[in-house]
Formats: sequence, structure tokens, C-alpha cells
Amino acid sequence: MRNKASAVLLGAALALAASGAAYAQDKTVKIGVLTDNSGLYADLGGPGSTVAAQMAIEDSGMAAKGWKLDLISADHQNKPDIGTSIARQWIDVEKVDVLMDVLNSGVALAVNNVVKEKNNLMINSGAATSDLTNAQCSPNTVHWTYDTYMLAHSTGQALVKAGGDTWYFLTADYAFGAALERDTTAVVLANGGKVVGTVKHPLNTADFSSFLLQAQASKAKIIGMANAGGDTTNTIKQAAEFGIVSGGQKLAGLLLFISDVHSLGLPVAQGLNLSATFYWDANDQTREFSKRFSERMKTKSKPTMVQAGVYAGLLHYFKALEALGGNPHDGAKVADKMKEIPTDDTLFGKGMIQPNGRAIHPAYLFEVKKPSESKYPWDYYKLIGTTPAEQAFRPLAESTCPLLKK
Amino acid sequence: MSINLQALMAQLLVGLINGSFYALLSLGLAVIFGMLNIINFAHGAVYMMGAFCAYFLLNVMGIGYWPALIIAPIVVGIFGMILERTMLQWLAGLDHLYGLLLTFGMALIIQGVFQNYFGSSGLPYAIPAELQGGMNLGFMFLPIYRGWVVICSLIVCLATWFLIERTRLGANLRAATENPTLVRAFGINVPRMITLTYGLGVGLAALAGVLSAPINQVRPLMGADLIIVVFAVVVIGGMGSIMGSIITGFALGIVEGLTKYFYPEASNTVVFVLMVLVLLVKPSGLTGRTT
Repeated sequence: MRNKASAVLLGAALALAASGAAYAQDKTVKIGVLTDNSGLYADLGGPGSTVAAQMAIEDSGMAAKGWKLDLISADHQNKPDIGTSIARQWIDVEKVDVLMDVLNSGVALAVNNVVKEKNNLMINSGAATSDLTNAQCSPNTVHWTYDTYMLAHSTGQALVKAGGDTWYFLTADYAFGAALERDTTAVVLANGGKVVGTVKHPLNTADFSSFLLQAQASKAKIIGMANAGGDTTNTIKQAAEFGIVSGGQKLAGLLLFISDVHSLGLPVAQGLNLSATFYWDANDQTREFSKRFSERMKTKSKPTMVQAGVYAGLLHYFKALEALGGNPHDGAKVADKMKEIPTDDTLFGKGMIQPNGRAIHPAYLFEVKKPSESKYPWDYYKLIGTTPAEQAFRPLAESTCPLLKK
Repeated sequence: MSINLQALMAQLLVGLINGSFYALLSLGLAVIFGMLNIINFAHGAVYMMGAFCAYFLLNVMGIGYWPALIIAPIVVGIFGMILERTMLQWLAGLDHLYGLLLTFGMALIIQGVFQNYFGSSGLPYAIPAELQGGMNLGFMFLPIYRGWVVICSLIVCLATWFLIERTRLGANLRAATENPTLVRAFGINVPRMITLTYGLGVGLAALAGVLSAPINQVRPLMGADLIIVVFAVVVIGGMGSIMGSIITGFALGIVEGLTKYFYPEASNTVVFVLMVLVLLVKPSGLTGRTT
């Protein structure tokens, strides 16, 4: 018996050693884009995120260097339980090496735990909650594009400084809305403003008139919309109807994507302030990328910052793999390599990934153009301020991420 | 919590406005269920098609809001009649479940096709110039367009009720549901009447779609979000009851509006809580007949 057992052990050890030696040459990678393909966020990530991932694979030239890259995608329907079960199946059965996008903060936080438990890797682009790199940070997660801290500081601070010192929040009733409201409230208070009220609405609400009336009655100078996608566009459209802006209150789109502005049209959206880390019309390189991107899209839309983040994040992942010389199938190890190499890409510029997994790059404050200022299709934003990478995101000193306590 | 009377009045009015949409949509469902015995899950999809139809009339053909109120329901109604002729009519006499599954599948296909071409965030549709602006009622600022929605929907609902319950045509229709063979013996073309009824129900949904286009974004999923609530409205009102669905539609809009004021987090579940309560006490719905 004992002999047999030790033989099995020896065999297992040999197999382990063999696989360890094999990883140096293992150049197969499987990438999974987990996003909302059919719901209210499908335009800001969705099929466009998969297109962006495909473009990153082609532009990286990895295939020519002997890598074999596979891409799959799935729809999490904005439900954390569906998101986690897809993630588990991908990691256990499909042998996916990296999960991309994972928009929707609720889904992202749930998938974050699965990925950590399985020592896989998530490069999150679409989720907003800053908790992913703060209290809930993980050695297996890189948060690429933006977060609620950045949005609150860029848009929130600018509005308070411009005199908007009383706020009323319209908040989507889930992890993302709560995080955005919390981070913005902190900024408002720190700058001497105050919050006079808040109303939480269910995700995916069609009619906002009840909530808008409450916001109107509060007499707050700023109505902060801590929601996203279809919820935000419906709020803005109906606020115009109820005479909120003409009554002297100002709407703050704390998270507005270019797809939202396009859908609203400039006559309704003009004058809104918003923050982003990527704008398709920023420079020649972003324009070149965006042109190729929209040619592949059925809707012919320009990329959102979420889709751009999938592209840039994946390219950086490939850099780390190349530096490692092969795919170790070890999420934390690849994440460490990604943090070691400074980030530098055509869409987000130079930056780095902090030890808590937060990718930092400059953030831009925009104002939506008037219809008369827009010269060509999708010419929507006017740049009014830039925050350097180091100041745009939460300073490490303020972070409660357990990874930082060494 | 201190109750502000003005705010309460405003919420009641807003609830009434939303109730108008519920009433129009549940009315169409009730007509279709009452006359055809089909649980029309494609109702949300045709509502969405009505809104898209208005958008295309305006942006492709330059036809404005007022003609669209007539044209879009007719176009979508014809589409509905084609569906009825080619698919639904073969399900007559079968269990409800077949119709439900077929229409649910059609709804998914229609929404999928629209989403594929137009994306999820939707298209803008402006309020017609005549109905822009609003008036100050003292307790709230009422956009004129919303007032129009309430009036228009009330008129259409009552007209439909009158047509079915009080005219000869309606009487024939109701008779045809009870006993198609006998009605046919009187020389009435029953299948054609059923097709037209389905067209009418679908047209009502499309009209609601056109009415909502200037308020909400014209989005492929706008109907999917609404249809479940509307089904709850129909269940509460009693399946197949015309007046019941109209009254319940308006009433539930108001209940929902009040919930948005007192406990907003529950505003999208309150209708279902009510549905459960009603089903426990009166399984055939508030005004429903037991079949």
C-alpha cells in the first residue's frame, strides 16, 4: 500500500515539475470578455468591448511571434449570480486566462472574488466602483479605465468650485450608485458644500419624473446623477421636460459616456460637464483607432472609454506575457508583471499600475458642445481641464487596500 | 416622515401620467386575451416598434408627431395582423402556454434585431413644438406634453371600451369568442374579425409607444422593461376585463407614484406585491370573471 501511495505521489510530483517547466514555452492564451451584451449598458461596453479585444489581439502582432490567442465572450445580463457562474465555468472548464471588461460594479465585485479564489486575472474596464482597488482590492485584479473616485474628484470638484455648493443625489440603487454617491459626497463636503438630500431609484427605471420632482423641491443647486447608461439619459431628457435646468438647477452627469451623449443628441445634452479618461477625437492616434473601430461596429459608433480600456488593458497584458516569455496560467504572477512595466499606449498615454491594481492615467474634464459648435459627426466634447495621472485617482496613502500593508 | 401636501399632489399626478401608459398597454393585452385567448408577450416589442416607427417617420420621411400618432399604430397593426395570419392563428384552441411561448419568442427576436442595428442606448425624439413647455400648477410644474398623454390615453381607452362593450361590432366580436361556429353560421367572417382584433390590440400598444417616444429614449428594450409590470396590471385587473384593465392601469400608476415618494427603493416591486395580495384574495383579479 505504502509503496503504491508513494508511487502516486512521485508521479504527481513529476507531473507538477513537468508542467512547471512547460509553462515557459506555453504560448496559448484564452481571453474572455464578460459584459452586458443585451441590456442597458450594451452600448458602452457590450459587443464593442469584444471588437476592441479582437483589435488588440490583431494589433499586438502576438500571432506572428508564435502565440495562439483565443477570444470568447458572454453576456452577464447585469446579474452578479450569472456573472460569477460564467466566470467559474470559464476558469474551470474553458481554461480562460483573463477576464476583460466586466462592467457593472455589482457583477465586478462578485467576479472579483471568484477570480481571486481561482488565482485567475481580471482586467476590469467598465465597472466604476473604486472599491475594486480599495477595500476589496485583489492581487488578481487590475482596474483600468476609470473609477468613482476619479469621477467624483474631476466632475464633482469642478462643479463645487464653480459655485454649486448644495447637492441632491439621484442614485442608482446598487453597488455602483452607492459608491459614486459616497465618493462624490466626500468631495462636496471637503470643498465646503453640503448634500441636502438623496433618492435611490431602482436600476433600469423608465420614468424619473417622481424623483425629479423631489430633486426640484429640494432647491439644491446641483442635482448629481449617480447613475449610468439608459438611466442617465432618461433622467436628463425628463429633467429638460420638467424645466429643471431652466429653473436654475444644474444637472451633474457624474458618469456620462459618449454613447449617452450621442443618444441624447446635442440639443438636450449641451452644456453638461463630464469626466473621462479617453475621448476618440483627442489626437491622431485615438482618431485612427476609433475610425477602425467604428468601421467594425454595426451601429458605426465611436468607442467609449470602456471599450478603449479593454483594448489598452489587453495590450498591456500581452506586454507582460511577452516579458514572462510564456503564459504561466497564474493570474497574480501576470498581474505583478503588469504592475512592474509602466503603461504606455496610444489611447491612454503614459501611466502605471499601482500595487493595489489601479491603473492611473490623466483624466479629462469635458463640456458637451452646443449644436452650433459641432462640426462633424460625433464632434461632441470640448476639453476644459486635465488632471495629471497622479492626482486623478485615489492616492495610495488614503487607500485601505490590504495589499498595501506589508 | 413629514408629509408635504404639495409634494404628495405632484406625485399623484405623476402617477396618473404613468398610469396612462399602463392603461393603454394593459387595455391592448386585455382585448387580445379576451377575444383571442392569447397571452400576448410580444406586446412590449410592438410598443417599442411604435416608438421606432415614429422615429423613422420623422427622421427618414420627415413626417412629424401628429401624423405619426395615426400612421405608426396602423403600420405596426398591419405587422401584427401578418403575425396573426402567419403564426398565431394556428394556435387557436391550444393551451395558453403555446401562444405565450410563441409571442415571447417573437418579442425576443424583434428586440434582438432592433438592438443589433440600433444599439441599446436609444435614439432621440423631441417633444412636438406645440406641446413643449409647461405650466405651473402651484404644487408642481406640469409639462404640457404629460398632460396631453393623460387626456389622449383616457379618450382612446374609453373609445375602445365603447367599441367592444357597446357597439354591434363589439357584440359580434364577443359572440365570436364565445361560440365561433354559431357566429359563422350568421355569415360573419370570424377569422378576419380575429385578425383585425389582434391588429387593434397591437395598434394600441404602438400608439402608447408613439406617446412615450418624446418622454423616454426610443430604445429597443423600452418595452421589455415595461411589459412585466403591465402583465401584473392585467392580472390584478382580471384577465380579459376591458374596464378592469383601464381602471387598474391608472390606479397602479398612482400607487407606484406614491411608492416613489415614500419608499423609492421599492417602486419597481410594489406592483408585484399588490399582485400577490390580489391573487391570494381574489384569484380571478379585481374585476375578472371566473372562467
